[in-house]
Amino acid sequence: MTQPFPGDRPVDAALAREFGLSEGEWAHAIDVLGRAPSYTEAGVLSVMWSEHCSYKSSRAHLGRLPTTGPQVVQGPGENAGAVDIGDGFCAVFKMESHNHPSYIEPYQGAATGVGGILRDVFTMGARPVASLNSLRFGRPDHPKTPHLLRGVVSGIGGYGNCIGVPTVGGELSFDPSYDGNILVNAFTVGVAKTDDLFFGRADGVGNPVIYVGARTGRDGIHGATMASAEFGAETESKLPTVQVGDPFMEKLLLEGCLEIFARGCLAGVQDMGAAGLTSSSVEMADRSGNGLELDLDAIPRRARALTPYEMLLSESQERMLMVAKAGREHEVFEVCERWDLDAAIVGRVTDSGRFVCKATPGYDPLAAAPGPRAPVVVVDLPVALLTKEAPKYERPERAATAAHGRTPARDVSGSPVVRAGSAPSGDPTTGLSAALVGMVGSPNLGSRRWVWRQFDHIVQVGTVIRPGDSDAAVIRVFCEEPGAGPAATKVKHLALSVDCNGRHVQLDPYVGAAMAVAECTRNVACAGARPLALTDCLNFGSPEIPETMWRLARAIDGLGAACRALDTPVVSGNVSLYNETDGRPILPTPTVAVVGQLARPDDRLYLAFATEGATIALLGAPGAGKLGGSEYYVQTHGEVGGEPQSLDLDAERALQDAVIALAQAGLLQSAHDVSDGGLAVCLAESCISGGRGARVTLPGLGVEATLAGQLFGEDPSRIVISFAADRREEVARVAKAHGVPLTVLGEVGGDALELRAAGTGEAPVVARVPVATLRDAHARALEPIVGAG
Amino acid sequence: MKIAVLRFPGSNADWDALHAARDVLGADAAYVFHKDTHLDGADAVIVPGGYAYGDYLRPGAIARFSPIVPALVAFAEAGGPVLGICNGFQILTELGVLPGALTRNAHLRFECRDIHVRVEARGPFTDVARGTVLRLPVAHADGRYQCAAETLRELEARGQIALRYCGPQGEPAESDPWLDPNGSVGHIAGVYNRAGNVLGLMPHPERAAEAALGNDDGLTLFRSLRRHLGAAS
Repeated sequence: MTQPFPGDRPVDAALAREFGLSEGEWAHAIDVLGRAPSYTEAGVLSVMWSEHCSYKSSRAHLGRLPTTGPQVVQGPGENAGAVDIGDGFCAVFKMESHNHPSYIEPYQGAATGVGGILRDVFTMGARPVASLNSLRFGRPDHPKTPHLLRGVVSGIGGYGNCIGVPTVGGELSFDPSYDGNILVNAFTVGVAKTDDLFFGRADGVGNPVIYVGARTGRDGIHGATMASAEFGAETESKLPTVQVGDPFMEKLLLEGCLEIFARGCLAGVQDMGAAGLTSSSVEMADRSGNGLELDLDAIPRRARALTPYEMLLSESQERMLMVAKAGREHEVFEVCERWDLDAAIVGRVTDSGRFVCKATPGYDPLAAAPGPRAPVVVVDLPVALLTKEAPKYERPERAATAAHGRTPARDVSGSPVVRAGSAPSGDPTTGLSAALVGMVGSPNLGSRRWVWRQFDHIVQVGTVIRPGDSDAAVIRVFCEEPGAGPAATKVKHLALSVDCNGRHVQLDPYVGAAMAVAECTRNVACAGARPLALTDCLNFGSPEIPETMWRLARAIDGLGAACRALDTPVVSGNVSLYNETDGRPILPTPTVAVVGQLARPDDRLYLAFATEGATIALLGAPGAGKLGGSEYYVQTHGEVGGEPQSLDLDAERALQDAVIALAQAGLLQSAHDVSDGGLAVCLAESCISGGRGARVTLPGLGVEATLAGQLFGEDPSRIVISFAADRREEVARVAKAHGVPLTVLGEVGGDALELRAAGTGEAPVVARVPVATLRDAHARALEPIVGAG
Repeated sequence: MKIAVLRFPGSNADWDALHAARDVLGADAAYVFHKDTHLDGADAVIVPGGYAYGDYLRPGAIARFSPIVPALVAFAEAGGPVLGICNGFQILTELGVLPGALTRNAHLRFECRDIHVRVEARGPFTDVARGTVLRLPVAHADGRYQCAAETLRELEARGQIALRYCGPQGEPAESDPWLDPNGSVGHIAGVYNRAGNVLGLMPHPERAAEAALGNDDGLTLFRSLRRHLGAAS
C-alpha cells in the first residue's frame, strides 16, 4: 500500500484528465488496483498509457506488418532491430520521431532526438556508425520555417558532430500541412557481434539495478504525454517539457557502456528515453516477467528537493539503467570511473511482478543536512497493468477521400512553374524549359547541400558515397573481432536510405505507403545494394478522427504488402500520432528507412552521368504520365490532388533485382530512380551531378499523357541508367532475363539537357536547358529560406 | 615507427587517425588515454579531432588541463613530431604550443566538405607534398584561424604557414569566397611552430588517405612523416 508524500496533489478525476487519462482509463486503473492511485502512481500510469509509450491506438494494427525472415536477428519489441550482415555480425537500427519537441524548441528538440536514437542503438551493444534524418517543414514562405529549419539542422549537427557519428543522408521537404507541426525523424544504424547483443531485460531476481550517466533534473517531465496530444494555442507554454541535450555526456556514456558490455557483467540494459526512469524500469521488468524495486533516495540528481513524481517522470537525457549480475557491480563502477560517469545502485530485481518505488519524505541528498532516511512506498503497481494490460483501442475508422483534412489550395499564380507554362520550348527562359528550371530549383527538389554541409558526414572514415552522390548513402563498417587484432577485422558495405512522400499517401494511403517502401528499397538498389530490412516512423494526425485512423490502418496494410513483396521485414519502428494543430492534420507520413548490403564495394553506383557518349536508358515500364500527387501538380494547382498513382509490386521487385544484377555485373555507369519531380528532374540531377548534358527522346506514353505528365509525372518503378554504348546488348539481356522493360532514351553529351517528344526521326525539342542553368537553380533552391552563402 | 594517438574523452576522430597511421600507413600506432601521463616511447604523436571535453566553453580550453598534457608538451619541446588535426590544432593553440587561435567560422555554421590547400612550408609532415595542391575534407565549427598582425608577419617570414586554402589548381582563395571554408586570416589552414616539429591543421588528412574513400591526397602527410622518421633513425 502506498503512502501519501509531501507535495502530492489531490488525486481525482480532474487530475486524471489533466494527465491525459480518459475517464474509462481512470476507472479501469481504480478497478484493477482496488483503490485510487497515489499522485505518483497517477503520473506513472499517465506516461505508460500515453500513446507514445503504449501504442494504444496503433498496436491493434501493427501486428499485420511482416517482421520475420532469415536475415532478421532481432525484430520489433527491443530498443532497436537487427539484421544479419554475415560473419557473425549484425546491423542494429531504428528510427524515431521527435516532432513535437522540435517544433517547440527546434535546436534542442532535434538534438535530443538524435541523442535518443543513438542510445537506442548502443544500448543493444552496437557501436553507432551512421545516422540519417527525415525532415518536414511547413511552406517555404511561412514566417516560422527559416527559424525551424535552421534550428533543426544545427541541432542535428550539434549532437551528431560532437559525438562523432556521421550523418550520411536524409530527406527534407516542405508542405503547408506541416506549418504548425514539423516532423523530425532520426535514424541510426550500428554494428555489433550478433552473439554479443544486449537486451532490455531485468533478468535474475536479486540482481542490482544500476543507474549510469547524467544526473536527474526537472527537464522533460511529461514529455511522452506532450508527444501524445495535438497542438493548440498554448503550445509555446510547453517549453519546460523539452529536454536539453549534452552530446559530450552521451559520448562518455557510449564509450563507458561499450566497455561495460565487453566485460560481460550485465544481465540487461535499457536507456532512459521517453518516460525516463519509469519506462526503462517497467519495460525491462516486463520483458523478463519479473518485478523491480527502486530506492528513489539513491537517484543521482542535479536539482534540489526532487519529488518521487519528478524523478520518475523526468526525461533528463543521457541516462542508462543497467541490471548487473549480482557480485559484479564493481566492474560497472570501475568503467564508470574511467569515463567520469556517475553511477549508483538504485534498486533490485524482484519476483513480485510489481513496480515498487520507495522514497523518504523530506530527504534530499543535495541538502547540507539531507536528513535521516526512512523510505515509504510511493508506487506499487503491477508491471503488467503498465505494459501488456495497458489500454488498447480499436478506434473507429471511416474511409477518407483525398480531400479530407487537406490543406486548402493556395494561390500559385506567382509560381515560376505556372508562369513558365506547359508549351514546348527550346529557350530555357520560356515554356517547359523554364518549368524544368523552376522545378529543379524549387525547395522540394533542389540541392540539400546547405543541410549536409552542417553535418559531419565523414567522421569514422566509413563514408564511401557521400550525401547527394547516389540514391543511397554507402558506408563501410569495420567489424572487429574482440581481442583478435586489426588483421581479423572484416570490412562490410551498407547502403542506407530514408523516404516517404506524404502527398501520395494523402491521395491513397495504401498505395502511397507501399510507394514509400518501394522508393526507399529502390534507392538502396540504385546504389548497388540488396535491401535487407526496414524501420518505420508512422507520423499521422489524431487517431480519434476516424478518417485519420482509416488512413493509418490502410498505410500499415500498404507497408506490409510492399515489405512482403520486396523481402524487407520491419525490424523496429515508432508511431507518432496527434500530429495536428488546431484540428488540421499533417499529410499522412509513414516514413521508412531501409538498410541494404553491397556484395562488393565495386558494385556501388552513383547517379552522375559519367562519360560523353554513354547510352541513357529507362529501366522499368515508362508509366502512364499521371501527375497525381506530384510536385508539379502542387506547384500548378496549389494543393495536393490528381489521380493517385498505382504500383505493381511484382514489377518493382523485378526492377530492383535487375538493377542489382546490372550493378554486380559491372555494366552501369550510373543509376538514378525516378521519383519526386519525375523523369525530367531525374535526368537533370544526373546531368548536374556529372557536369554533362544529355540528348534524350521521351518514351511514348499513349495519347492521354500530357507533355507535362511525361516530364514531371511521378509514376513509381522507374530507374534511369547509363552505360557504355558497347554494353547495350549485355544490359538488354539482363533486363530481359528479369522481365523488365528497357527503353533507350538517348546519350550523354554536350552542355545542355535536351528533351525531344516521343516519335521517330528528328522529333521536336520539348525542352532544352544548359546544365549550368540547371546547376545554378538547383544549388540555390534553399536560398529563399535560409539565404545565400 | 611508433605513433601515439591521444584519446581525450570527447575525441571522435581518434579512430580515423589510428586507422590511417596503423592500417593504411602501416605504422605501429596505438591510443594513449588522456588520464595517462606518459607517451610510451612514441616517435610521433597525433592529437586527433573531436570535442575533447565537450568544448562547450571553447574548443581545447579544458583539454590543456588534462593529465597527458605535460608529456605532450615535453615531447613537443624536445623536437618530437606532433600532428594536431582539427580539435588537435585547437588544443595545441590553447596550450601555446602553436601560435594564434581558432574562432567560430565566419558564417557561424558547422562546415563539412572538401576544400583545397596549397602546401607551402617545409617540415616533417609536408616535405613530400610541398608545392602541391591537396584536396582534403574539413569538418568543423571553429576553424577560423586568427592571430595578431605581427604574428602573421613572423609566420610568413619564418615559413611557418604550412597550408593555405586555395582553388583546385592552386588559385588564391581571394578569387572566390567559396574556397576558404571559414574566413581564416591569410586563408591559413595549418601552421608549424617556430621549431618546425609541430603542425596543426583544420582539414582532415586522415579522412582522405585511401582510394577506398575516393581520395588519398591526405596520405602524403603521413608518408612525409615516415620519411622524416626513417631519415632520423
